[in-house]
Amino acid sequence: MFCDDCKHKPATVHLTQLVNGKKFDVHLCSECAAKKGFLLFDQDKKFSIPNFLGSFLGGGFNLQDMHSLTHDSRCQNCGMVFSDIKQTGKLGCSQCYKAFDTELEPTLRRIHGNSRHVGKIPLRGGQKAFLKKELDQLKSKLQQSVKEEKYEQAAEIRDQIKLLEKQINEEESK
Amino acid sequence: MSKNDLLNGHFVAWMDAEKGPESDIVISSRIRLARNLQDISFPYFMNAEKGNKTMQEIREAWRQSEDQLLSSLELLSFDNTSAWDRQILVEKHLISPEHGTAEEAYRGLLLSEDGSIAIMINEEDHLRIQVMLPGLQLEKCYDLAQKIDDALEKRLNFAFDEERGYLTSCPTNVGTGMRASVMLHLPGIAISGQRNRIFQNIHQLGMAVRGLYGEGTEIIGNYVQLSNQITLGQSENEIITNLGLITRQMVEQEKILRKSLQQEMRYQLEDRVGRAYGILTNARVINSNEALTLLSDVRLGMDLGIIKGINPYLINQLVVAIKPGHLQKRSGDEMEAFMRDVKRAEVIKEILLKSKQSEIQSEKEE
Repeated sequence: MFCDDCKHKPATVHLTQLVNGKKFDVHLCSECAAKKGFLLFDQDKKFSIPNFLGSFLGGGFNLQDMHSLTHDSRCQNCGMVFSDIKQTGKLGCSQCYKAFDTELEPTLRRIHGNSRHVGKIPLRGGQKAFLKKELDQLKSKLQQSVKEEKYEQAAEIRDQIKLLEKQINEEESK
Repeated sequence: MSKNDLLNGHFVAWMDAEKGPESDIVISSRIRLARNLQDISFPYFMNAEKGNKTMQEIREAWRQSEDQLLSSLELLSFDNTSAWDRQILVEKHLISPEHGTAEEAYRGLLLSEDGSIAIMINEEDHLRIQVMLPGLQLEKCYDLAQKIDDALEKRLNFAFDEERGYLTSCPTNVGTGMRASVMLHLPGIAISGQRNRIFQNIHQLGMAVRGLYGEGTEIIGNYVQLSNQITLGQSENEIITNLGLITRQMVEQEKILRKSLQQEMRYQLEDRVGRAYGILTNARVINSNEALTLLSDVRLGMDLGIIKGINPYLINQLVVAIKPGHLQKRSGDEMEAFMRDVKRAEVIKEILLKSKQSEIQSEKEE
């Protein structure tokens, strides 16, 4: 689902607003929400959504303030919904990270200033990550040898890449 | 030494100041790795059945491991560890306060003989591998923690995602799952009124400053815990190097301030240390905060050579021995606060004076 406003970024903020008994659904990307947030809800001071939104987009570290918005995605493994997570500040199981990937992205960025792991990779469970890292390295090697017109070497690397890709596919289908 | 010594005595590896570099200021270093099993609910949301199953799985991994380090650990499962003993483990920094007071029988601990390695089972995460050593030894702590991690990983499927790293119950730990921390004694910085300024700078560097027992505990007796906040987007080495650098800077600052206190306020300083020692060796009733504050002064006096005959190991030991759990264990009975204050005064006097006597003894022999 894309942002109602800019139409090209994924919508990560989902709002349901009741105005005089009528229901309005709004889906925005975080940037447009930041721009629109206060304008949209300023008239309706009974709901503290603007405060929530404000703290979500710029405020402190509290996970409970985040995504204080209606949300219905659910983790298929443990059955957790995002509102549970925002209440406790804790995820239900390891699969929640996939299930709530988009919701978590801004949270992670705010806590860590980053959202991508660069540290240790486990030998077993991280097999795929290991292979992918290797694949990336081979691909840049391939480019290099093509650039230098070392075609024999390039062909060798290409074969290695094929082999690796096959391995990765096998890993994925496990 | 065994688990019983750890539960009954005062000693635990991190207290052994002689074995740690910079141990006049850096009391201890710790590495904690959070690990979880794939697809099983995190402990916060798990029921007894899943909790027991997880405990079972971890127990098997430990029992079958051929790794020397891992198999040398002893398992304490909480269904047969009393609340009293768990309090002792908290006070020795072997488990978190939260783990200590929890009721679930499927929680537990894998513990090394000297208490340098303690793996909490079913705390906030399925596994929390902790290594704690005296002085500034973050690299060595990490090295040990990493070995344990590898050994466990051979038999357990850890939840890991190439994008997000090791997956943890709380998003503040995801990535490396690593919290590196040092416990510092900073009386110089406190006395000279520099604390807030310096701590503010530390916050800006992405580190957290906390009290002695971590999150939510206040700073007493000038003991602070410094740890990394960020676990995602930085490698383990980067985190350890950063914390090490900041710690070294703190140590430098503290040394400079201690020196200038000694030069510019010698009489006040000696007076303060002497009074602290006087109260500690003569009080009949003393509460925990007062004792910790005075012990901090005595420790400073000892580090600066104002008081002789006391060693840092003794003070480290005292800081733990005067906690409620240890006092009650010593007297063998549950005590109300006032009686603990009485017992505390006794224990302090006994330990401090005993070391003084042995000093006089050794001087005579010379």
